[in-house]
Amino acid sequence: MNVAFLYTLVGVGLFCLGLYALIVQAHLLRKILAFNIMGSGIFLVLVALAKRSGNAIPDPVPHAMVITGIVVAVSATALALTLILKLTTETGKAELPDEGGE
Amino acid sequence: MRVESSTLMAAIFLDVPWAVVLILLPLAGALVCFISPAVAKSVVLLTVFANTVSVAGLAWQVMENGVYRHAVGGWGAPLGIDLYADGLSLLMLLMTALVGLAVSVYSTAYFDQPQAARFWPLWLLLLTALNALFLAADIFNIYVTLELMGLSAVALSALSGGKDALGGAMRYLLATLLGSLLFLFGVALLYHGFGSVDIIILGQRIVASPIVWAALALITAGLTLKTALFPLHFWLPPAHASAPAPVSAVLSALVVKASFYILLRLWLEFFAPLGVEDIGTLLGLLGAAAVLWGSVQALRQSRLKLLVAYSTVAQIGYLFLAFPLAVGSNVTAWNAVACLALSHALAKAAMFLVAGNLLRFGGHDRIADLDRVVQRLPLTVAAFALAGMSIMGLPPSGGFVGKWLLLEAALIQGRWDLAAVMMIGGLMAAGYVFKVLGFAFTQANIPQKSKAVPATMEWAALLLAVAAVLLGFLAVPLLALVGMGMPFGSSEVGP
Repeated sequence: MNVAFLYTLVGVGLFCLGLYALIVQAHLLRKILAFNIMGSGIFLVLVALAKRSGNAIPDPVPHAMVITGIVVAVSATALALTLILKLTTETGKAELPDEGGE
Repeated sequence: MRVESSTLMAAIFLDVPWAVVLILLPLAGALVCFISPAVAKSVVLLTVFANTVSVAGLAWQVMENGVYRHAVGGWGAPLGIDLYADGLSLLMLLMTALVGLAVSVYSTAYFDQPQAARFWPLWLLLLTALNALFLAADIFNIYVTLELMGLSAVALSALSGGKDALGGAMRYLLATLLGSLLFLFGVALLYHGFGSVDIIILGQRIVASPIVWAALALITAGLTLKTALFPLHFWLPPAHASAPAPVSAVLSALVVKASFYILLRLWLEFFAPLGVEDIGTLLGLLGAAAVLWGSVQALRQSRLKLLVAYSTVAQIGYLFLAFPLAVGSNVTAWNAVACLALSHALAKAAMFLVAGNLLRFGGHDRIADLDRVVQRLPLTVAAFALAGMSIMGLPPSGGFVGKWLLLEAALIQGRWDLAAVMMIGGLMAAGYVFKVLGFAFTQANIPQKSKAVPATMEWAALLLAVAAVLLGFLAVPLLALVGMGMPFGSSEVGP
């Protein structure tokens, strides 16, 4: 088992951990953190798999993807935090309101 | 002399890189709207009109020169970002342009000032994202445009404020972010396995292997969540029903179609050649369940916007019925999807605009208290009836052609079960459309005040509904347009 494979496994682990927390946690801030952890897991997988076999120079394309992904994650988090703030002032708690009807 | 100048015009028209215009124009429009809200209304109208012209220009280019490919900045496929357009992309761009035009005109009368200032830039950003998504040639670019689309759509659905809208938007944000992350994981795996993100190159390199199955599972899960395929539709009704009417129209007509488009595109290019009938069958089953469940829920609703939102869940199911039916070189099912997607976009946008009119008129959207709107808002009710025709699949509407083709594909394959689902779904659609129309004639028990509805809002809804019906007559040229570049495979068995 080489280092890149270990990092990939850790990335997959982070992704699954985030997914679990996303489903289980009710607090919206925790859900957003869970998203960030899931994202970091994917970024770790991308960076780890960019390392080619042996001592060759790593593939730069996944690194570029990770940078783009971080930008997207930051803006998504910003939007989510704003929504949480609005929702908290409106309902008094940072959780999803119960679905009416259905 | 006149001939010369017209050929010169044609040459200039053909030389313009329309695909680039389609992305830059709404983006620039959005920035202008954001900086100076005073001119926003005219800027938006100008932008959506120019956007429609650009789609026509791009369609002409594709007709003249075949499949369109533009290397942004001159870099080219492996490193740079490419724009790509074939018949399928053109169909989606056309759909976006038509719905966008009607919704923009409608919105000029719908929003009052403080909301309008927030709506216009977000709407043009969403238009940018949609156009960019339909022109994307690589799967990472698709991820980025998917996120752009999701974020602007969430912001739009939160626009009206209040507990319902914010809760709906939050739920929508969680669903769309999860969908995007699953998709991104799939992209990462595909890039690792095959060393490219370009759709065409990947399509040539992909071979059956564990990494492809993992990617297929992640991408399909992410995109079906974003498309609100049953049972992953939980986020759609609250988000679509609590947003302002023009936003609901855009979300239901265009945004869910965008993620469906990606799934369809990747399915055709990557996964279908590998022989994944089981997954196709599964998607078809979920589609059938969506048709039944969405229709039943729509019948049970007492509020018009929720009814229309659940109808979207059902109609999306029809799109997925094509996956098990499109085996081998049979393109009938995919042609059906093209017709259904466009006619549903037009009809459903019209229905949500109608719901907005009724909400404005009576101050509520309780179906039982519609109170003789047929006499008082005849154009609006006519729009609902015509849109309903297309949703039910009555001839000669676009929905009829789509459902007919889908039924034909099902009968050719001997899939009586799916054919039965289509019939039952059509009957139930008739049920919920007539439920609304019935109450449009009756008098409500409680007295209610009514507000005037601007003529612009009535006509925008009516024209969309008329377009959905007229589509039935234009199905042949439409399918010829979609067939350009043969996105559904080379052997034409079609209608």
